[in-house]
Amino acid sequence: MNRFILPLVIVIGLIVFLVMGLQHGDPRALPSPFIGKPAPEFELPTLKNPEVVIGTDNFAGKYTLVNVWATWCVMCQAEHGFLMDLAASKSIPIYGLNWRDSRPDAIRWLGRLGDPYIASAFDPDNRVGMDWGVYGAPETFLLDPEGTVVYKHLGPLDPAIWEREFLSRMQEASP
Amino acid sequence: MKRIVVTILAAMLTVPALAIDQGETFEDPEMQARYERLISEVRCLQCQNQSIKDSNVTLATDLRRQIARMIEDGSSDAEIADFLVTRYGDFVLYRPRMSGKTLMVWIAPFALALIGLVGLVRVVRHRASLPFEDEVEEGKTE
Repeated sequence: MNRFILPLVIVIGLIVFLVMGLQHGDPRALPSPFIGKPAPEFELPTLKNPEVVIGTDNFAGKYTLVNVWATWCVMCQAEHGFLMDLAASKSIPIYGLNWRDSRPDAIRWLGRLGDPYIASAFDPDNRVGMDWGVYGAPETFLLDPEGTVVYKHLGPLDPAIWEREFLSRMQEASP
Repeated sequence: MKRIVVTILAAMLTVPALAIDQGETFEDPEMQARYERLISEVRCLQCQNQSIKDSNVTLATDLRRQIARMIEDGSSDAEIADFLVTRYGDFVLYRPRMSGKTLMVWIAPFALALIGLVGLVRVVRHRASLPFEDEVEEGKTE
């Protein structure tokens, strides 16, 4: 009897371990190496006006969302309605990073679906995208008032994810 | 009938798309070899079980170009790996570097092999100390 106990414990341990692994959510989602670190600095012309430059400096002082989007990205369209609602609620400033896209297409897209962004930075050749470790749109970064990356979400946002992953992290930090 | 056969044969002659645009080429064969080696060791994060050498998605193309540029600028392999890891995390390298977070990955195979070996030695020793079966039999008959 005794000799079965150790293997049994090992097998149960393995099962627990594997089940935990399965429930980890999206296996493609990787934690951003920037979490807990200052957001990589950048400056880019805005989508709508190439003369205006925005960058990390614009994000300071408040919790801010930076949403990576593109017109070729199907899931960006899926989350767009939620971003519009979020923008209308004025609960957080939302900036866009228009990633590997064409300017006319992107402007047309915002005209058709509405523009939830205070401004979108225009990054057609993945310069800033690479610095931020972007590997699949949509991605959404949550920055705290000091400009530190608190969280990154891979995939479309919805109210449930917003509440679970974003709101909780904003409340945690505020006194 | 003949026409169908000809069509099918013609279709078989077409070369399947071999085109993964490797993009960058170097004059210097040594640099080229370094480039080839590096891009086969970097994981494509959009298609996670391929290296950026085997993948033609946009991000892989960007990273290949970036690595080529860094080689031209004289960056060392370590600097290139650093560049990638600070942006995309340890997962981007197929051979993760030794660090606190990746220590398990490096140690686990050796630890498991050691456990197996210890187990094996113990079992063998135990068996060796047992009397042979025929000896047992003999013992019984006596």
